[in-house]
Amino acid sequence: MKEGMKKILELDSFSKVYGRGCLRCFEETGPEQTNICPCCRSVVAAHDVSFSLYQGEILGIMGESGSGKSTVVKCLYSDGQPTAGVATFYDNGQHHSLFDLNKAQQRQLRNQRFGMVYQNPNLGLNFDISAGGNIAERLLMSGDNNYGRIRQRARDLLRRTEVLPERMDEKPKNFSGGMQQRVQIAKALATDPPLLFLDEVTTGLDLSVQAAILDLILEIQHELQTAMIVVTHDLGVIRLLADRTLVMKYGRVIEAGLTDQILEDPQHAYTQRLVASAL
Amino acid sequence: MTVAPILRVENFSKSFVLHEQGKVIPSSSGVNLKVYPGRLTALIGPTGAGKSTVLNGIYRTYLATGGRILYQSGAGEEIDLAQADDHQILALRKTEIGFVTQFLHFLPRQKTEDVVAQPLYQQGVDRHEARERARQTLSALNLPKRLWSISPATFSGGEKQRVNLARGLTAKPRLLLLDEPTASLDPATTQRVVEQIDKLKKENVAMLAIFHQMHLVEQLADEVVELIPPPAENGNGETS
Repeated sequence: MKEGMKKILELDSFSKVYGRGCLRCFEETGPEQTNICPCCRSVVAAHDVSFSLYQGEILGIMGESGSGKSTVVKCLYSDGQPTAGVATFYDNGQHHSLFDLNKAQQRQLRNQRFGMVYQNPNLGLNFDISAGGNIAERLLMSGDNNYGRIRQRARDLLRRTEVLPERMDEKPKNFSGGMQQRVQIAKALATDPPLLFLDEVTTGLDLSVQAAILDLILEIQHELQTAMIVVTHDLGVIRLLADRTLVMKYGRVIEAGLTDQILEDPQHAYTQRLVASAL
Repeated sequence: MTVAPILRVENFSKSFVLHEQGKVIPSSSGVNLKVYPGRLTALIGPTGAGKSTVLNGIYRTYLATGGRILYQSGAGEEIDLAQADDHQILALRKTEIGFVTQFLHFLPRQKTEDVVAQPLYQQGVDRHEARERARQTLSALNLPKRLWSISPATFSGGEKQRVNLARGLTAKPRLLLLDEPTASLDPATTQRVVEQIDKLKKENVAMLAIFHQMHLVEQLADEVVELIPPPAENGNGETS
């Protein structure tokens, strides 16, 4: 492999079952059936999901509601507990087994090495403190406590994400949806994380705002070489952002490949239907 | 010839399986060709012969149904592009294999000169130098200077095509795939493209190209491969 092709994340045989689960859960569910086990009524949100992610790469996870795409990201970000699987995060010569961390280690990685941007800004931001305060909060949690430096960093980040710095002392609840998303991105980037998770970040925004946000994400990716996992049901987002794409249905990966190949030469009947209906 | 080919396509075939319609559409079959450093191989044949399919198969936008696509990498490895790992393909696209398609994809707000310099940025070339090389190619392809610092979003078909070509040519990959690069250009600009292709040959770039105009094939091709439309699959093309 070429220099610069550094692996940053490896997910192996990931599964997540909501409910008590039974021995037949995995064989009775799947892309051709449903994700609810007919024997025990447990929901198989994801099963046998594996992928690797390299530095600076954008991986798209595409699928409709209930396909399990957000479940994967949630568990990687310690927002949920997996049922099975191994996730390894490679960072500065160290590696961390993400599903075996204690609470303190989880917090440390989330604060310093990962960034998360949710569809709902309410989840990523504290609406009762200012935009600048939200960014400061993250910097404080990662161990910086110099007031002047934190404030300057917050101003730089907001400028970079095209939020007027004179609004940094306003609460994000006064902001438009697009601006809230920008503040969320600024906050996620505060610690220069090598890995960023983006969960339906443009869903619900109007088209011109969507384009500007996607643009911003790509510019940042080019500048900082941040690896990203982008979860979306939107083919346009996938086309614009992702180098490689996984297509999920009822908790299973039904197709994986280079994004242009998935869109131009889809192999699975479901992906063909998705691509055909988007054009 | 003593020079070894950089690319050998052996018995390449591609069929599209359309699940919804229950059909298999053959697009290419039994394609063999070689591409050499510093030389241009032209693909010719009627519409429907699968010329673009072969280019897309080499670039891995299409998954080959059969055959081998053997590429000699800069590091001296032989890689079957039909089988290689996605990450390996991405790395080759970044540094070694370029594709000028008929469509220009770019970031909505990016300046033309940055669109053209993008592959160089990705290769890690210094931004100043990358931009300078992009400007040289844009100027060589006759794109008016006033357009360099605005986004190509509102450009005409011919202008977009020149931007697309400029990007492919500036990157100077080891292997360059060209799908009708002069389709919407006037004769004067087409002549500029011919000069640029000749220049790349001297710089040892291997090229595989589709041209609509036969005079360009005569002028530029060192090898010519003629494709014929593949026979229909058994019976009426229905999947069993």
